[in-house]
Amino acid sequence: MRFDLKILASWIKPGSTVLGLGCGEGDLLYYLKQEKNVKETGIEIKEKKVALCIEKGLSVLQGDINKEILDYSDKSFDYCILSQTLQQVYDPEGLIKEILRVGKKAIVSFPNFGHIKIRLQLLGGGKAPVSRELPYQWYDSPNIRVLTLEDFKIFANKIGFNIHKKAAIKPGEKSHEGKIVKFLPNLFATYGIYEIGK
Amino acid sequence: MNRELNQIVEKQFFSIKDKNFTLQCGKSLKDITIAYETFGRLNAKKNNAILILHALTKDSHAAGIYDHKDEKPGWWDVMIGPGKAIDTDIYFVICSNILGGCMGSTGPASIMPGKKRPYGMNFPMVTITDMVRVQKRLIDHLKIEKLLAVTGGSLGGMQVLEWSVRYPDMMESAIPIATTMKHSALSIAFNEVARQAITSDPNWNNGNYSQEKKPDMGLSVARMIGHITYLSDKSMRLKFGRKMQDKKDAPFTFDSKFQVESYLKYQGQKFVTRFDANSFLYITKAADYFDLEEQHGDGSPVDSFLNAKARFLVISYSSDWLYPTSESKAIVNALKKNRLDVSFCEIESEWGHDAFLLQDKRLDKMIKGFLASVYEKTEDN
Repeated sequence: MRFDLKILASWIKPGSTVLGLGCGEGDLLYYLKQEKNVKETGIEIKEKKVALCIEKGLSVLQGDINKEILDYSDKSFDYCILSQTLQQVYDPEGLIKEILRVGKKAIVSFPNFGHIKIRLQLLGGGKAPVSRELPYQWYDSPNIRVLTLEDFKIFANKIGFNIHKKAAIKPGEKSHEGKIVKFLPNLFATYGIYEIGK
Repeated sequence: MNRELNQIVEKQFFSIKDKNFTLQCGKSLKDITIAYETFGRLNAKKNNAILILHALTKDSHAAGIYDHKDEKPGWWDVMIGPGKAIDTDIYFVICSNILGGCMGSTGPASIMPGKKRPYGMNFPMVTITDMVRVQKRLIDHLKIEKLLAVTGGSLGGMQVLEWSVRYPDMMESAIPIATTMKHSALSIAFNEVARQAITSDPNWNNGNYSQEKKPDMGLSVARMIGHITYLSDKSMRLKFGRKMQDKKDAPFTFDSKFQVESYLKYQGQKFVTRFDANSFLYITKAADYFDLEEQHGDGSPVDSFLNAKARFLVISYSSDWLYPTSESKAIVNALKKNRLDVSFCEIESEWGHDAFLLQDKRLDKMIKGFLASVYEKTEDN
């Protein structure tokens, strides 16, 4: 499994209820179901990915995360997970508030736009950065929100949520390998993973 | 079709011996017979049974063939059989003809007890609830306490929903496909035009017709209307377009035929050889009266599922205009708000409502995976 998902999964208590928003092909939810015995629910918009999740025996709904989340009552899940999706959300503030409403805890992860390679691309080349984590051109990128680890901290203060746990990571050559970045994370980490709460 | 691979199945009959089986309408029926077929084997734990519920004009013959001379296998043979998505090497599959039908179960064409003539329009009005209550008796008779899954499309899907709220302890999971919680005005309208076609056929004679002089014209028009609703604008463009049946046909006459006209006419003519006109009237009316929200939730879709316990897989098709995706999403929404375990997928398809009966790997894989996951859980417990 991908290194960032491994770190994220290690934070989930066994037997929890989990809502995975933008769960893709369900790799994380499948792992959590098998290894941590969680009761999973996933929401994914793409038919093909939903079908793959259901084939794996996961409980997944096809739909728009921004709308589907509104149907759940307060504190419906132990965890709400927004993994590698925040950068594609039109209204991050609205969605973060919603995940903090339906989840007792929330976990959010995103690619760090403050990474040194990205900074150098913009500074040196004067072009919109393209990296392994953000592999798109400016005109075809689904990542409409570019943020850094520092931005997320400021965002937390502004919206008024707490960061309980954080991990700044840098995956290795192979996607399942990687390391935690302790030194200047906003410069050297490619991803940030945060457990947040009210 | 490889006939060697097809399983031979046999139609069986189950009788409800109650003096009076009271129906939802308040009237009662005596001597109810239900035709059913089974596929695969019930295991010792009796936890591998799947109930299939059929649509408007289908029957108990969901899969396999009756004998080697059969030209066509059962109506959902693409789904049910050894190694298929509903794998009869693993599961025990049951399908019965609905109450009010004409394929072996008691319906308006059955002979009235103590009389020599069929019920005709003396048959009491039956509902989806009545159909489901009778199916439950069959499952009791087969000594199955809990079904692994209940599934069906269209009118069969309505029965699935009714099962899920009426007998929640008798099922692990539910797979309603291309269906709705209540018939829309559009669906009722189509059904009414179809019924009018039958009842305005002089041969219908208030439902008292002989086998020699049936309202075939009316029934075939009813079927043609039905077929239009099962297709979609796009599927008709792709399938027929404006093509003529015979290129040599002279234009601007009533004799020449567009392909779509020939297709509908053929479907209508084929249908009258196998279906009873009165049965069509009763079953379409049962579909029109179906309203899960009103009956089980006092008008609230969320409340209608208060008793449900099953794990759900809801499937819709993008080009289905009879029971569009919005109606499946309403089901999903109500299930979610009851914190029930629900999966949902809208399958992108050009083939309209009928898509669920066609071979489709996407549906196969989802159903296979879903059933395996439900079965695994019952085995664990």
